[in-house]
Amino acid sequence: MLSSKHFFLLPALLTLVAIILFPLLFTIRVSFSSWDVFQSGLDYIGVKNYGRVFADERFWQSLGRLSLLSLISVSLQYTLGFALALAVWKQVRGGRFLRVLFLIPMMTTPVVMSVIWRTVFHESLGPANDILGMFGIGAVPWLSSATGAFISVLIVEVWQWTPFMFLLLLAGLVSLPREPYLAAAIDGAGTWRTFWQVTFPLMAPITIGALIIRLIEASKIMDTVYVLTSGGPGTATETSSYYIYIRGLRDFQIGYSAALSLVYLVIMIVSLTVIAKLLLRLLVGKVG
Amino acid sequence: MNKFYHILKTLFLFGWSLFVVFPFLWALTTSFKDANAITSGATYIPWVDYEPSTQGWTSLFTTGSQGINIVGPFIDSAAVTLIASLVSLALGTLAAYGLSRFEYRLGFVKNSDITFFFISQRIMPPIVLAIPFFLMLKELGALDTIFGLVLVYVALLLPIAVWVMTDFFAGIPKELDEMAMTDGCSPIGAFFRVILPNSVPGLVVAGMFCLIFGWNDFFFAFTLTFTETQLLPVSIVSLNSSVTPWWSLSAFALISVAPLACVAVIVERYMSRGTMSGAIR
Repeated sequence: MLSSKHFFLLPALLTLVAIILFPLLFTIRVSFSSWDVFQSGLDYIGVKNYGRVFADERFWQSLGRLSLLSLISVSLQYTLGFALALAVWKQVRGGRFLRVLFLIPMMTTPVVMSVIWRTVFHESLGPANDILGMFGIGAVPWLSSATGAFISVLIVEVWQWTPFMFLLLLAGLVSLPREPYLAAAIDGAGTWRTFWQVTFPLMAPITIGALIIRLIEASKIMDTVYVLTSGGPGTATETSSYYIYIRGLRDFQIGYSAALSLVYLVIMIVSLTVIAKLLLRLLVGKVG
Repeated sequence: MNKFYHILKTLFLFGWSLFVVFPFLWALTTSFKDANAITSGATYIPWVDYEPSTQGWTSLFTTGSQGINIVGPFIDSAAVTLIASLVSLALGTLAAYGLSRFEYRLGFVKNSDITFFFISQRIMPPIVLAIPFFLMLKELGALDTIFGLVLVYVALLLPIAVWVMTDFFAGIPKELDEMAMTDGCSPIGAFFRVILPNSVPGLVVAGMFCLIFGWNDFFFAFTLTFTETQLLPVSIVSLNSSVTPWWSLSAFALISVAPLACVAVIVERYMSRGTMSGAIR
């Protein structure tokens, strides 16, 4: 029976099911086929592609690199974002202006800014090495060495997404209740103690939410890498998404890349759920 | 102690501000350089360090082999982003209202499961859907069209709209609907006459997030369009891989990030009013 309550839900639900669910089911089917440049179409080769995924060292390395990259960048974003939010939370001179300024990077297109960052990190003509040179530091091989490229991606990620942490955490700080602070002041707690015993526990739910949202988004990283380093030098900055992209849309191994992407999806869902559970126990457990 | 703290804070805020504006300032100064100024190493101040030229900016509005046309991609980007955001916002708002006011049940599936289904789509890495999307749009004859991209972007943005609006409606008291309905409105009438006009702050926040994620997407535009439809992020990346001079690249980048940088002002206003806090939990 269609009633008025279905008028609200059904359009969106059906749209999403049509656009997402069918492609997903299709990917699952394709992953059991040998579809590639030579053989297009849906044959059935069993779990052969999956066997290949588990033996594919390059994929597992990309996954390890992705984990390292997202864990480091999200921790940096959180720490810096929280520090910035705390710094402009109470009245500061020019606070309004600083807030707007700090939000701007997350509004900019990652690939477009990566194009600019690439010129910044240019070894001989870019300002990064020029400025370091003013302090007597020799030229850093930003994009041509494995460590340099990894750090460059990290810097760009922190620049781009710290504002997102800042936004969520500041919005949280603004809506905190006043009473616990009065109580802390009466107890004579200093700035440091007030932060650890009042602010941090009150912010725990928002902290968990913000960390998880950012980890989800970071696990998909590929735009920045594509423009900044193309996964290089070698495979030094190749993330999972980027590796699957190479296999699927460049080498055109459709069947194999479908299997890769499904394994990747399952690993992401499982590990993000585990991280979410751990965070909940760690942070909320402490409050209770 | 307190003074030390204050100095530390000021230094931190100053340092971070510098880091934030640096790439923009660098792009701005580069956009006024010519070949000589670029190849002589990093320079910063026009007239002092180098003689400024406007070719970076003029080349963007010149058509033909000499120019890089930014107008076409800008219009395509704006069209896709705006249409997809509006559609997602409309569908998402209706669904969020339904989920916050009625009970749906399909076997063991409850409201909370449906909400989770919507929001969980954000976890899906774009690469998982890229190939089926490609084949699906090919079947529909919608590859390389604005329509095809809008379709895909709706799937991308709908979860965001549902997520923000569900939280927003949870904060609007149900008595408001009930009052409208005792006045003789149908549930649908109550939504359009009473609830919707009271939802502007939520709609603004949700709409902004849709605009940000739509305008800034690169991957789907990159895999699903070629020559007929070109969005800004894809055009700049294809410029980047050819021998396009830095001055045009910089000017192009500045123009394509400018519209959303202005959105930051609106976000800040809603944040300091506290309307954002409900939307993020």
